[in-house]
Amino acid sequence: MAAPAALAAPMRVVEHEWLMTRRLWQGVVFSMFVSPLLMLGAMGLGLGGLVDDGAGVGGTSYLEFVAPGLLAATLVQAAVADSLWPIMAGTTWLRTFHAMVATPLRPRDVQRGLVLWQVMRSSAIASVFLVVAAVLGGISSPWGVLALPAAVLGAVACAAPVAAFAATRETDVSFSLLMRLGVTPVFFFSGVFFPVGELPDALERLIVLSPLFHAVELCRAAASGTASVALVGHVAVLGALLVAGLRWGERTFERRLGV
Amino acid sequence: MWRPGRLVERNALVARRSPALFLAGFAEPVLLLLSIGFGVGGLVEELEHRGSTVPYAEFVAPGLLVVAAMTATAMDVSFTFFIKLKYLKTYDAVMATPLGGRDVAVGELTWSLLRIAVYSTAFLLTMVAFGLVHSWWALGALPVALAVSFAFGGAGLAATTYMRSWVDFDKVWLVLIPQFLFSGVFFPLDRYPGWAATIVRCLPLHQGVEAARQLVLGQPTWAILGHVAYLAIMGAVGLRIASRRIDRLLAP
Repeated sequence: MAAPAALAAPMRVVEHEWLMTRRLWQGVVFSMFVSPLLMLGAMGLGLGGLVDDGAGVGGTSYLEFVAPGLLAATLVQAAVADSLWPIMAGTTWLRTFHAMVATPLRPRDVQRGLVLWQVMRSSAIASVFLVVAAVLGGISSPWGVLALPAAVLGAVACAAPVAAFAATRETDVSFSLLMRLGVTPVFFFSGVFFPVGELPDALERLIVLSPLFHAVELCRAAASGTASVALVGHVAVLGALLVAGLRWGERTFERRLGV
Repeated sequence: MWRPGRLVERNALVARRSPALFLAGFAEPVLLLLSIGFGVGGLVEELEHRGSTVPYAEFVAPGLLVVAAMTATAMDVSFTFFIKLKYLKTYDAVMATPLGGRDVAVGELTWSLLRIAVYSTAFLLTMVAFGLVHSWWALGALPVALAVSFAFGGAGLAATTYMRSWVDFDKVWLVLIPQFLFSGVFFPLDRYPGWAATIVRCLPLHQGVEAARQLVLGQPTWAILGHVAYLAIMGAVGLRIASRRIDRLLAP
């Protein structure tokens, strides 16, 4: 069987990530699982109460509006952060990746393993989030299960190019700037908290450049069970970003770790 | 020269090397204000506050001012302070001079307060530019932001001296995130059941949110003195513990 054989080497990297996570599980549980749910409670229920006293958002409750948005945003943010400093640790600080390529693993196996790990970790976070959101009443359609693959696609589509970039860096000075001046603004203005139609026109036209926007749109369509042709476009954008990121990463990991 | 001032001077010299990070600290609260205050605010009707109606952006802005003060100081006294304490060994060098543990604690906190003073002033001016300020009392929100920074700075320095490794830093978020979300920054306390509102009233961040909001909306009450006293005591106790702990940790 070709597929499992191709994945056998990257799975070793996944195993390493899992062992590391297991040792630090308490922090992971809070930052990855509890904190997004607190956000959902505060925004969806607390702030949502104020919104629903008015007219809601386009006929739905604010909780139904914000839950799929927060799902996509949480996964993208976590995936990007996890593709910056941990990559630097692997290539430079702890040199774990150098240890990995001293085994039969190739640089591209390390890169693919990390992406595969992102898929698994994101899926786990998304499952918990979706179940809680559904119980609170934030997911109105059974199609909501499709928000899981949609959000995971958004997460890896962002993680792949960011990891490729991180592998080219010698120091982490650009990382916190990328998070604070890149990821944070995107987080606030990609239609997570309010419809992009409320943005000034100039910004609204630029919003297609935000990968998070496409992920949010996909998740929201799934959560409310409304399909449209535009969804194909969102999938295509994220898919293209993922493929480009994987290709780029293959080269940057090879250059950084190859002998 | 005032001894902690030497440490402030040292931090200022280091900060000069990364002006972009200094700017980022200013950008974040403004982005939050635009996104939640005006973006989500567009979906929210006006709010009742002490008998008058207030647009949502005016309600949320003073809360964001003190949240920014809390977060920026917390980063200074947890992550940055820990790196210098454990990895860079900055204070081992400092202790070899006439400076002591108390000077380190006071110096770090003073540096953070200076930064917060700059950020808060800039944010308050931004609020004025957006037309969210209608009262001179709003100037009082600056000392409130500094009191929040002093409280979390003092307590944070003390807490960081007990931290063993990076794993302990998840607890920093455990303290900050729930307060950020549930201290009445984004929605008023009447949204909570009675018992939950009582818990929120006891949280340190809520003291700052309430005091700053009353001042910015031009409706100050004597309760502000109580809120500020709470924050001052929290900071002073933290600073005292931190001073002793730094002396003990770095004793030759």
